[in-house]
Amino acid sequence: MNWWRRLFSSGQLEQELDKELRFHFDQQVADNIRAGMTAVKARRAARLAFGGLNQVKEDCRESRGTMWVTSVAQDIRFTLRTLRRDPSFTIVAVLILALGIGANIAVFSVVDTILLRPLPFHDSPRLAWIAGNNGTGALSDTTFRVDAYEEIQRQSQSFAEMTAYVPFFASSDAKLTGIGEPRVLPGVWVAGNFFQMLGIQPQLGRLFTPEESVKGGRPAVLLSYSFWQRQFAGNPAIVGQAITLDNRSVTVVGVLPASFDFGSVFHPGVKADIFVPAVMDSIRNWGHMLSIVGLLKPGVTVAQAQAEADVVYPQIKAAHPEWTTDLTVKISGLKEYVSGKLRRSLIVLWCAVGLILLIVCANLSNLLLARAAARGKEFAMRSALGARRSRLIRQLLSESLVLSFVGAALGLAIAYAITSYLAHQGSIGLPLLSSARLDASALVWTLLVACTATVFFAIVPTLRMSAVNLQESLKDSGHGASAGRKHDRMRAVLVVSEIALACVLLVGAGLLLRSFLRVLDVDLGFEPSHASAIKVDFDDGGNPARRGAILKEMLRRVSAIPGIEAAGISDKLPLDRNRSWELRAKGRSYPKDANQDAFVYIVTPGYLDAIGMHLRSGRDFNWADTPTSQPVILIDEAAARRDWPGQDPIGREAQGIGDGVTRVVGVISDVHDSSVEEAANPEVFVPVTQGSPEGGELVLRSKLAPGALAGSVMSTLRSMNPGQPATEFRPIQQLVDHAVSPRRFFVLLVSIFAGLGLLLASLGIYGVISYSVTQQTQEIGIRIALGATQARVQFRVIAETLKLALIGIAVGVVASFGIAALISSLLFATAPTDPLTFACMILLLVAVALIAGYLPARRASRIDPIVALRCN
Amino acid sequence: MASKFDLPQGTLDLLILRVVALGPIHGYAIAQRIQQISRNALQVQQGSLYPALHRLQYKKFLAAKWAESETGRDAKFYELTARGRAQLKSETESWARLTEVVALILQDPQGELS
Repeated sequence: MNWWRRLFSSGQLEQELDKELRFHFDQQVADNIRAGMTAVKARRAARLAFGGLNQVKEDCRESRGTMWVTSVAQDIRFTLRTLRRDPSFTIVAVLILALGIGANIAVFSVVDTILLRPLPFHDSPRLAWIAGNNGTGALSDTTFRVDAYEEIQRQSQSFAEMTAYVPFFASSDAKLTGIGEPRVLPGVWVAGNFFQMLGIQPQLGRLFTPEESVKGGRPAVLLSYSFWQRQFAGNPAIVGQAITLDNRSVTVVGVLPASFDFGSVFHPGVKADIFVPAVMDSIRNWGHMLSIVGLLKPGVTVAQAQAEADVVYPQIKAAHPEWTTDLTVKISGLKEYVSGKLRRSLIVLWCAVGLILLIVCANLSNLLLARAAARGKEFAMRSALGARRSRLIRQLLSESLVLSFVGAALGLAIAYAITSYLAHQGSIGLPLLSSARLDASALVWTLLVACTATVFFAIVPTLRMSAVNLQESLKDSGHGASAGRKHDRMRAVLVVSEIALACVLLVGAGLLLRSFLRVLDVDLGFEPSHASAIKVDFDDGGNPARRGAILKEMLRRVSAIPGIEAAGISDKLPLDRNRSWELRAKGRSYPKDANQDAFVYIVTPGYLDAIGMHLRSGRDFNWADTPTSQPVILIDEAAARRDWPGQDPIGREAQGIGDGVTRVVGVISDVHDSSVEEAANPEVFVPVTQGSPEGGELVLRSKLAPGALAGSVMSTLRSMNPGQPATEFRPIQQLVDHAVSPRRFFVLLVSIFAGLGLLLASLGIYGVISYSVTQQTQEIGIRIALGATQARVQFRVIAETLKLALIGIAVGVVASFGIAALISSLLFATAPTDPLTFACMILLLVAVALIAGYLPARRASRIDPIVALRCN
Repeated sequence: MASKFDLPQGTLDLLILRVVALGPIHGYAIAQRIQQISRNALQVQQGSLYPALHRLQYKKFLAAKWAESETGRDAKFYELTARGRAQLKSETESWARLTEVVALILQDPQGELS
């Protein structure tokens, strides 16, 4: 009979034990009678020979090796009874634990999702990201031309395979017609082997075949799972059918699995509904088009691949003098590329919840110590009745464990709510967040956190309580002064450390918050409020003159709508997608490897006003800038500084934009176009009549809400082009919000944690001060009887509070300087020693401490001396 | 009956194994047998037999089954398993060695107190 069966069939074992011992006893009695004893004497002799029946039974049970389980169960039953007797303590303790543990699990899930878990691809540790231009600059810098992609694919020894996609999504968006209103679908062009290399199996149908990736091949499309659900209600019959994309009939060859989320890995915040094979021959001459992902050969490291690339790629470049840019690449693990930038922020977040857990533990310790004082007699009594110390410790630990686990269960529910909320926040520009969930590792983490927390908060009170001094506890009448002294010191230490921890959290959160406010305060170079954009569709047949005429008329009609203050069109929006070309001042000589990239926007007259950019000097474009007139450009101040330092660029000639020489006609203020936090880049604006725009974004400036405008704008657009797809107005603010969303995310979480820490610390202060007031009831009563005023009594209590708070703050501030230095790289335009933040947070803590101390102080001052003195 | 002595620690298991080795037997009979063989010289609380029996059973040195006893009542009969037999053998050997060594030391004239 094995251990488990012994554990679970204890009833049967008991019966058998009984039967066996009874048999022995009866047998003995019978023998004794046979030997000539009377029945009474025989029984007595048998009992004597046998020994204590209950002791024997207990020893037999012990021999099963399952006793400890039974006694643990007993402990737990007893614990539940004890806890139920003190519901307010239990509820507070469980809630505090649930908040602390819940926050920890939620952050762990996020960290696990973004940092720890491998990417959801086959052999993901071998996947590498290959970025051009040493991985710096705009998208046009870090991408590759098709020839270069094919060449490095052929010559690299480090990679088993490479694949690519086109990250310039404006090219790959496609207009869906024939099903309801025409709509623009966000799409991605991917190399034919993209899904095969990543190990993505289609949910339905098949992946692309090689014939579908060549010029003139059969047009094919793969649908994302969510688009398939939304558009086709998950109907499997769609596979094999044709849909109309950009007026071409394209066959749906398959549906990708729900687990594949292109945007969340490669471009957080970008949605991709359809995937189309990139036809390399069609885009061969489009310049830098491809982002490359490589699959390292087994055993080859990223560093080895980089070393090879450093030697081989320049040779490839040397063999192709027609390529205009160097082939210098930075190779990093794909995981590193996707989430490496977030590592520091996430670790800070992780530490913040760790601090929360410490505060929670200190708080719980405190509560338990307060309870210990109240239960001193109970334990003294039990120990007097023969309970061993180990038994008392076990009892106390099991109480703590039960609290922890109930707290952890509730914490899991909180964490579940948080992670599912976060997973559905598509607007947060954090990679992989959409796959955040509570999985097995989160459960293991929960267990770990709950157990660690128990050890932290239970050890001190347990040792304190189990080491009862019988005499003193039983003698002590309860209101005496001496009994609690040691407890009091311990509790004061705990409160001081709570305040110190809360101080560190608050300062950290304060610095991050201030950085965030600074980021929001950045002069973007355009006015996001009251501006919104809508994607417009027009058919110019590639004729710039016709394009000019269509867009001029479109803007005229849209501007006539009441409430519209300004309207203009650009093919790209700031902080959205970008593209860069080279810009050089004509006649100036540049060092050979100078980076002359500038972001390029192809815009209509009026766009500057609509988006709210400021013209510093010169003029805006007008409709007199035609395909045949002098080619003109606008530049921003960053470009002026770089290419015409110390000169007035107006009227100067530039090269690199378009085919020949262009003339600078205006300069605008710097625009933050790729990141809010980084310095502005050189920018160039080209009139729509002199460049070829990739699509068009109609930007409207209006005090009216986008929703109020949508109807009239859409009908105006439809009046010109019935095929105008139905798309949503995008507030320009949304672009800014998305750009700062990772920072907002971290600031929000850290601030919530700091608030939680503050709340817990104030609870701790309140608990300790309130307890000490209760203990000193008599003393205070005597003081009042002797003539102490209410104010005097309050002052004493508040002074005690302040003493604790100030010690805690002093320790906390010193620690904060250290922590602040550690997070300095996460700060923006804020010194890690920012005096304002420190001062505010200290004041906040003092204020909260005062409030927490005031409540017991008020109670103390209202003590009725007669009642206080009589109650003993 | 005057010179009863307590059983040295751990030897009860050995005695039980020895007794059970003779064939299936129930607890009461084991107690009787030990008493008889030792000619009542051993002071064994009969009750303490049972925890030892159960421990040996859980260690799989003994197997137990319920069967009818000589008086017609159901009793729990123990018998030696293969493991128990091996255990008995090694325990017996080490007991013999132990007593031999102890006897040797006690008989050593050099060690006698003068």
